[in-house]
Amino acid sequence: MATSEDTVVNDTHVGKEGKNTNKKKKVTPRYWQLKKEKKNQEQKTDAGQKKETTDDGQKSELAQQQTKEKKPRVKKRKHGGENQEGVQKKAMSVPQKKRKREAGNPQRVKKKPMLVGAKNKTQEDERSKKTGISGGKMDPFPGSAPVPEEKLKKFRRKDRLKLPSRQLYKLRRVMAQSQVVSDMAQNQAARQDLLLPEDAGFLEGDEDEDTCTISQEDITDAVDITSGAKYFNLHLSQFGPYRLDYSKTGRQLLVGGRRGHVACLDWQSKQLMCEMNVMETVNDVKWLHSEAMFAVAQKKWLYIYDSNGIELHCIRKFNDVLRMQFLPYHFLLATASATGFLQYLDVSVGKEVAAIGTKAGRLDVMCQNPQNAIIHLGHSKGTVTLWSPNQKDALVKMLCHQGGVRSVTVDKTGTYMVTSGMDKKLKVYDIRTFKPLQSYFLPAGASSLSLSQRGLLSAATGDIVQVYRDVWSTPVTKPYMAHRLRGPVWGLQFCPFEDVLGVGHGEGFTSMVVPGAGEPNFDGLDANPYRSVKQRQEWEVKALLDKIQPELISLDPGQLGLVDYAGFKQRHEDRVEALGYDPLAVDKFKPRFKKKGRSKSGNIEKRKKQVGHEDTREVIKKTVEDRMRIEKQMAKEKEKRKSFSSQKSALDRFKK
Amino acid sequence: MVAKTTKSKKKRVRKNEKKHAKTPEVKKKATVTNPDVDYDDGEDEAVDENIHSEGEEDGSDDERKHQKLLEAISSLGGKKNRRKKAERSEATVQMSEFTVNAEGEGCKINLSDLIGTMEKTPAVSIKTKKQLKHLRFSNSTLDSPLSKQETERIQRDLAFQKASTEVSRWQSIVRQNEKAEQLVFPLNKEYPGPKVMEQVVSGWQAKTPLEQEIFKLLSINKQPVHDPVLTPMEEASLKAMSLEEAKIRRAELQKARALQSYYEAKAKRERRIKSKVYHRVQNKSKRKELVKQFDQMVKTDPAAALEELKKLELSRMKERMSLKHQNSGKWAKSKAIMAKYDEGARKAMQQQLEVNKELTEKLVSSLNNEEEEDEEGDPEMLPDFVNDQEPVLDPTNPWMRGKLSKEPAEEEEERDSGEPIAMANPAEEEEQNEPEVEETEEEALLREFDAKRKRRQAEESDTVAVIHKVDDAEENGAESTGVVIVSNDDEEEEEEHKVDDAEENGAESTGVVIVSNDDDEEEEEELSEFTNLYKGITDSHPEENKTLEDVELLDGEESTADQMTVENHEVPVTENPQSEPHMTSKKRKRNRGLELTEVLTKDTKVIRVPMAPTAIENTDEDREEDQRDIIRQAFAGDDVISDFLKDKRHQEAAGRPVAVDLTLPGWGDWGGIGIVPSRRKRKRFTTKVAPAAPRKDRSLPSVIISEKRDSTISLFQVSSLPFPFETPAQFESTIRSPVGRTWNTEQTVKKITKPKVVTQMGAIIDPITRDDLVKAEKKAADDRQKK
Repeated sequence: MATSEDTVVNDTHVGKEGKNTNKKKKVTPRYWQLKKEKKNQEQKTDAGQKKETTDDGQKSELAQQQTKEKKPRVKKRKHGGENQEGVQKKAMSVPQKKRKREAGNPQRVKKKPMLVGAKNKTQEDERSKKTGISGGKMDPFPGSAPVPEEKLKKFRRKDRLKLPSRQLYKLRRVMAQSQVVSDMAQNQAARQDLLLPEDAGFLEGDEDEDTCTISQEDITDAVDITSGAKYFNLHLSQFGPYRLDYSKTGRQLLVGGRRGHVACLDWQSKQLMCEMNVMETVNDVKWLHSEAMFAVAQKKWLYIYDSNGIELHCIRKFNDVLRMQFLPYHFLLATASATGFLQYLDVSVGKEVAAIGTKAGRLDVMCQNPQNAIIHLGHSKGTVTLWSPNQKDALVKMLCHQGGVRSVTVDKTGTYMVTSGMDKKLKVYDIRTFKPLQSYFLPAGASSLSLSQRGLLSAATGDIVQVYRDVWSTPVTKPYMAHRLRGPVWGLQFCPFEDVLGVGHGEGFTSMVVPGAGEPNFDGLDANPYRSVKQRQEWEVKALLDKIQPELISLDPGQLGLVDYAGFKQRHEDRVEALGYDPLAVDKFKPRFKKKGRSKSGNIEKRKKQVGHEDTREVIKKTVEDRMRIEKQMAKEKEKRKSFSSQKSALDRFKK
Repeated sequence: MVAKTTKSKKKRVRKNEKKHAKTPEVKKKATVTNPDVDYDDGEDEAVDENIHSEGEEDGSDDERKHQKLLEAISSLGGKKNRRKKAERSEATVQMSEFTVNAEGEGCKINLSDLIGTMEKTPAVSIKTKKQLKHLRFSNSTLDSPLSKQETERIQRDLAFQKASTEVSRWQSIVRQNEKAEQLVFPLNKEYPGPKVMEQVVSGWQAKTPLEQEIFKLLSINKQPVHDPVLTPMEEASLKAMSLEEAKIRRAELQKARALQSYYEAKAKRERRIKSKVYHRVQNKSKRKELVKQFDQMVKTDPAAALEELKKLELSRMKERMSLKHQNSGKWAKSKAIMAKYDEGARKAMQQQLEVNKELTEKLVSSLNNEEEEDEEGDPEMLPDFVNDQEPVLDPTNPWMRGKLSKEPAEEEEERDSGEPIAMANPAEEEEQNEPEVEETEEEALLREFDAKRKRRQAEESDTVAVIHKVDDAEENGAESTGVVIVSNDDEEEEEEHKVDDAEENGAESTGVVIVSNDDDEEEEEELSEFTNLYKGITDSHPEENKTLEDVELLDGEESTADQMTVENHEVPVTENPQSEPHMTSKKRKRNRGLELTEVLTKDTKVIRVPMAPTAIENTDEDREEDQRDIIRQAFAGDDVISDFLKDKRHQEAAGRPVAVDLTLPGWGDWGGIGIVPSRRKRKRFTTKVAPAAPRKDRSLPSVIISEKRDSTISLFQVSSLPFPFETPAQFESTIRSPVGRTWNTEQTVKKITKPKVVTQMGAIIDPITRDDLVKAEKKAADDRQKK
């Protein structure tokens, strides 16, 4: 704070100081005060002026350099101040303008100093005669600190709409109110978004050194012990390739070997929570909403265990599950099966929400979009399909590869999708527009992909894991990191809130250190890695209360805030679809069969017509009645209004 | 007593009168409402008199005595009373209680009778008499009094107005309370907590001697007490600019102004020169200089040069938007008239047109492509010939003809997939079905794919034959076919060679056959899409070959030659004999197909990995199955695109509304075999359907977006606009910003979710009083003044 004040002062007076006066000055923030002091010193040092000029010349240069360095910051502050305080703006305007002028145009300032000095001298003298006391220190930046624009932009929730005319005062009031509220929310959120503002640390190689050649051992040697301990291997060669899952907070790890070995552990303390062999093929493992329960997709059915390894449920409705995804805010477990079914299980009530036959064969590629809870499935036909539990067919079907799709992943913000296919390509899509952004050719193709919270992409090719930085914006030519494992990779996941990549492979599990992967700022109310049991329980209750219904899953999560434009017809159709029959349908008249030749076709037709006519007559009658009634009412109202308006007012005389 | 009553009556009447005078509006009403007061003034008076006299008659004895006494007293004074009071002294048989005799009881008394007597009586004042006279001549009758209901209604209205004015005084305070973010009841409670600093300070005075001294000093120095930005002294100093400074500043300004005016004058002069040669030379030199500058800039400051280029681009855009160089200006029109005779004019026009062409030429970019597609006519609209008869169906049955036996889209598909050819060539049909069949053995799979390729190869050599067949088939059909021209020498080798060349160049392959068949245009277009697509695939071949190769290497199997894959993709180009001609294809480049190819051939960047993966051992049993999958998936790529396109087209067709043809063949016509309903009739009886809304994926060739409505979310949505909102956008914007703790800071949440009304427990909430009203009014007035 002090430095910035100094700079302001320097800023304004550098020119003068450099040119005509020489002073050893103790800089004080009030510039009028400074002038005065300056003058005083001037008077004092008039005699010894020539001696000190050289010294001061150097000094002023230094000062100039300083100001140059700090200028942008200072300017910014000024700007913000102007934007922020409307009231104070007026008061400030004069000095600020002056400052700006001086700062922006040093030449002109240089021209003037003689005059200014002369004038000030006299004033200063007067003042010094009168007083011996100077005023108190003033805040040079009055009002609250301004919030940077980018941050404000980050928290902007809605666009500004033009306020309606004053005649619609109620609407105007409501809208103005909401605007004020949203502005306040935006400002406060931006102001509080201060945590860890530095950039994430990434690996930096020496000159001519690729970061991808740095081995894990090197990294562990370089970093502190706790971080170094995050690189470890679990040698589990017996039960074959492992799949893994980190819990939402990133503290717990769940590994499931293909041959039935399931274990969950607190991976940081290496404390084993449970370990068992389910004696069956394990296709996938997944934590449920908390670390108390997890789901295991076994050979035939889907099982749910608690963290002690006790079997809680065997869900027979879910068979041949190959891949699972858990939607944490909806409490939905989505499963993709070998029979081509995509099923949703609501784990909070234990009910199957939806079962969708995708008609796309074996589903072994699956991921979720964390932003809108849409499930992405990859198919052998090179397509990626997007699903919600509310529609029986795919919301979107994209052709991504010429071969089958091997892996899909979506980034945290729901903006980018990365796919890899049998054609050995790695493609990056913008899934808001469904347009391709980048396409890479990997010599060996990528069998599984994973994106970290900060957008690092890990791709597994055979027994090698590569990590890429920033695959979407700039074309990448080489990986950021690479690591060879003992066996072919089977599962891959970045640990949330940690710079760690977990890899499940044929010979067990490896936890790699990937600098810059995890989000350093966690939301303590959402996923707190350091929460206690009590906090977890509390969170669980709150999360359940905040549970989002599966009906709200759609491509655009903001759809809930839109007005339903559907007309009567559309709504009726929806209703018919929901009910299974048309509640407004009227049975068609079927003429009764009459004997004695009265059911000749002509007679039947006549009868039909009669009924038809009667119906129409009724309808007409009704409409006419309605119209009459409305007209009557209108007339009545009109008359009433007239009777009121017929009263003469004093102003009527001006009417023409 | 009676007199008193009469007096009071009078008073009442007077009062009424007064009121009338006060409010002329109300008066009318009042006259209508109160029938008993329903007189003119004069009449009023008359009646008063009447009543008066009557009262006198009615008066009791003692009153009369009193009167007499008074008279006596007055006579005593010698002053003669001019007015002689009338006294009645008729002798009557019966004396009524009210001293009115009952004589002439049966007959009616007119008012005029009474008036007549009145005139004679001296007691009546002259004024009254006059009025009475006047009354006698006036003929107007009075309105009959209103009915009870009506009077009541009017009274109610009046009462309502009165009440409403009374109540509306409260409106401001009510509105204020409505506006208030939060109301804490009881309303006028003093805030118990700590007070705002300024409030406290403003009432504070220096009391102790120390304080007083300090304040004195401050005031002497003109130091601010409250912390304004500038002290008064400073402000004063700022205001006063020294004379010299002011002079300098003025001189500067003067100079600048003078320079500006000179420059302006010069520019004006130059602009006024009419010589075209001069301007041309000037322009040329300017341009040269610009180019020179630009060249220099490129060397010295490339960033700035780029900016300059961008500017140029922008100016070009503007030009494109404007109507300049369109030959539509005044000059151009005049030239156009002269063009026939004047060589120079023609040339000038030509030049301008060229400039226009140059300007309007589109720069190729992906963005432009999209635009182009938009320009294209609506593809969703069904052309008329979709409803045309099916030539393959029984031509003798007119019923069959008129009917739309199949969805047109399906038909197209059939045609697209080259089924007619397939029918001619049974081998291919077989092959089409084959991908569905899955054999367990790896080798079998591979063999199968091999065979497939070979077949395709063979097919390719048969193209010419196929063409002939198709030609025949078309001749059989009802529609006449155009001329089929085979552009090449019918030599397969050369043809193949050409195709190869084209593929190598990455350019579009040359068309083989030119077909000019008007009615099959759509079909053709669809096909062209296809061909384009495959062209794209062939373009992207180098990579493809590699991938397939790699997969095969990975399997450890011997790969069939790359050629095969190449040819494999060529096939479709020659497969469809009706593939579009090269010349016309330019126009159709805008088709989706081309974009799809762009998507799939998006230039890939090869990533170099420092480590190569170790080979995967095949020994594991578990992996055998996966291996098979891998192979299958690797080869599935052949049909991936066509399958996808088929799917897309199918979905598009399903969403398209279909026009219904209600033509009855033979209705109003001659019947019989071979009767075709006339075109006019068909047109008349086809119900046109409004075209469907454009699909969301119309500009995305490789994406199918479902157009189905998600009705589940509509249960949660607002279906009709709530009250104060006029447009959905307004409403949506107000509910746009989130309220919950997840998105907001705690402080914000508290503020937002503040309850509208808070009542303090145990506190008595008094009803609002008039004092509040006065306060509120004052406040409102203040606000208005401030504004």
